Amino acid sequence: MPEKNVVQAIHDTLADEMRRDDRVMVLGEDVGARGGVFRVTMGFLDEFGEDRVLDTPLDEALIAGVAIGLAIDGMRPVAEMQFADFSFPGFNQIVQEAARIRYRSNGDFTVPMVVRAPYGGGVHGALYHSQSVEAFYAHVPGLKVVVPSTPYDAKGMLAQAIEDEDPVIYLEHKKTYRLIKGEVPDERYTIPLGKAVVRREGTDLTCISYGLMHHYCIEAAERLSGEGLEVEVIDLRSIFPLDMDTVLESVGKTSKAMVVYEDNKFLGVGAEVAAQIAEKAMFELDGPIVRIGGPHVPAMPFAPPLEAWFMPDVDKIEQEMRKLAEF
Amino acid sequence: MAKGKDLHTDLGLKENDLLEMYRYMLMARFCDERQWGLNRQGKAPFVVPVSGHEAAQVGSGWAFERGKDVFCPYYRDMALVLVAGFTPKDVFLGLFGKKDDPSSGGRQMPAHWGSRERNIITGSSPIATQCLHAAGIAYSKKLKKEDAVVGTWCGEGGTSEGDWHGAMNFAGVHKLPLVFVVENNQYAISVHESKQLGGRVYKRAEGYGFPGFEVDGNDVLECYKVSKEAVDRARAGEGPTLIEMRTYRHYSHTSDDDDRTYRKKEEVEEWKRKDPIPRFETYLKSVDMIDDGRIAELRERTKAEVAEGAKEAEQSDFPDPLSAGHNVYADLEVV
Repeated sequence: MPEKNVVQAIHDTLADEMRRDDRVMVLGEDVGARGGVFRVTMGFLDEFGEDRVLDTPLDEALIAGVAIGLAIDGMRPVAEMQFADFSFPGFNQIVQEAARIRYRSNGDFTVPMVVRAPYGGGVHGALYHSQSVEAFYAHVPGLKVVVPSTPYDAKGMLAQAIEDEDPVIYLEHKKTYRLIKGEVPDERYTIPLGKAVVRREGTDLTCISYGLMHHYCIEAAERLSGEGLEVEVIDLRSIFPLDMDTVLESVGKTSKAMVVYEDNKFLGVGAEVAAQIAEKAMFELDGPIVRIGGPHVPAMPFAPPLEAWFMPDVDKIEQEMRKLAEF
Repeated sequence: MAKGKDLHTDLGLKENDLLEMYRYMLMARFCDERQWGLNRQGKAPFVVPVSGHEAAQVGSGWAFERGKDVFCPYYRDMALVLVAGFTPKDVFLGLFGKKDDPSSGGRQMPAHWGSRERNIITGSSPIATQCLHAAGIAYSKKLKKEDAVVGTWCGEGGTSEGDWHGAMNFAGVHKLPLVFVVENNQYAISVHESKQLGGRVYKRAEGYGFPGFEVDGNDVLECYKVSKEAVDRARAGEGPTLIEMRTYRHYSHTSDDDDRTYRKKEEVEEWKRKDPIPRFETYLKSVDMIDDGRIAELRERTKAEVAEGAKEAEQSDFPDPLSAGHNVYADLEVV
């Protein structure tokens, strides 16, 4: 089975989907001749032609709005927002149009589109190339928001997102692009959107995360294993639908829960996960629900020490895991 | 308006076309009068008037082919969606928020038109968002080599929105089969066009690489003529067109607005004298297509049809409250 990194997995999957279904097309800034600033659509222009590999004007509202029109007319557009931070000029089209068209037309119109967006920090991207945007979009009924963290999931979830009958925000952590490698089968497969996965079994506490932070949590858990603490680590994979069944089953076993995310802690994904654990498993808990998240500053600063101050890291996660395990 | 038989014959319109166009203009006007009446009776909480815009909407709408072309209207376009296949009853089902409202099953405010069956694309309240959907649909039609032209309508206020400019730009880049109609009624709610536009709307087309035209929006045949030329060009693969139709709305922006706070009575009266319906009647009389007796008869018959539609809609069922949780996703029950 070939080993790929996350970018390769997304590139290959997107190309495969375009080969098997003429309705699938990509659009965005620099997706054509340049092959995408992260090379996700490299070679697409030559293989699929400029009609289906659409270099758009520099207008994110246009990218989202045109993709909606394409989807309404039966295409399966995969729109690329060059950075998640730049999706906000398209926010109205995504939130008030794409997300609501099925509902507001009582099912008469649907918008089967995917919006791909590189997100997340730790790459010297500063305020406008580092943001985590999942909470904004996951707040919106009508959207699905997924965050695959491995090459295997990137493939299966992208194929599923393109098949989905509703708009899917597909977030790709930039730092995982080339850092995270794994085996990816050549044959086509899909992974349902809304299923978390237990990546590491443990008995002492449950650690819930996604994206880059998931890999940091695994590393921290491995370190603690040497001390005799076994942390169960869950990769949410999907923010909405949110798989609380998997989370609650694990918390029922370990009686302790922590949520780790890179987005601002306040009203982030961890707030929802913690609230649902408190609502549904209060009496199974042997300790406070712990959240590790970004600080309440507008966005990630540039200088290396400032960026390091913002990002949760393995050391911090390890410390908090130990503290909670010993509570 | 030019006089004589040659005008409509030159446009390829037959007597039946003209009488149908006239009927749709009347239908929209009487639906509007009826909805205001229902509003005053407390039966319709929110009304978006169309009166004054009938020529612009019927003239432009008539240039498109029903069942094939695509309509992306805005909220004022009642006459347009009637041309596109709505019935008066459909209009009133939306007004009352009834279960069978074709646009949304009672979910949206009145005048948020949509119907897949009639190729009318669902719209929202934020302005000009539909123009980008129109651009995407037009791109899709071109990609699939389908013989279909897309039209998108908005007011002059809509031309200030980024989405409108984005759609114009994209249409120009790809020479899309797309017609932009701007119903310039000179006021975006209360803001006069002198504070809205740093130039003329129709001239903006040049900057996006395609032609723009200005027409008298109260002259239904002129509106049809320029729209038909635009649709023909689009169908022939010659790209988009912008048409600015100058007109006036007879009433406030909506039933929640009071135009006396920003428009002078004399100005409103002056424009009411330019009413597109009597003006078209004058033309129809000049070509001996109708006389006063026939006008009275057509008016009565259309008014009765509207009244019947309103009555049937009023008597029909509201949606089941629990249905408000449906149609959020294709595959998830969320409530």
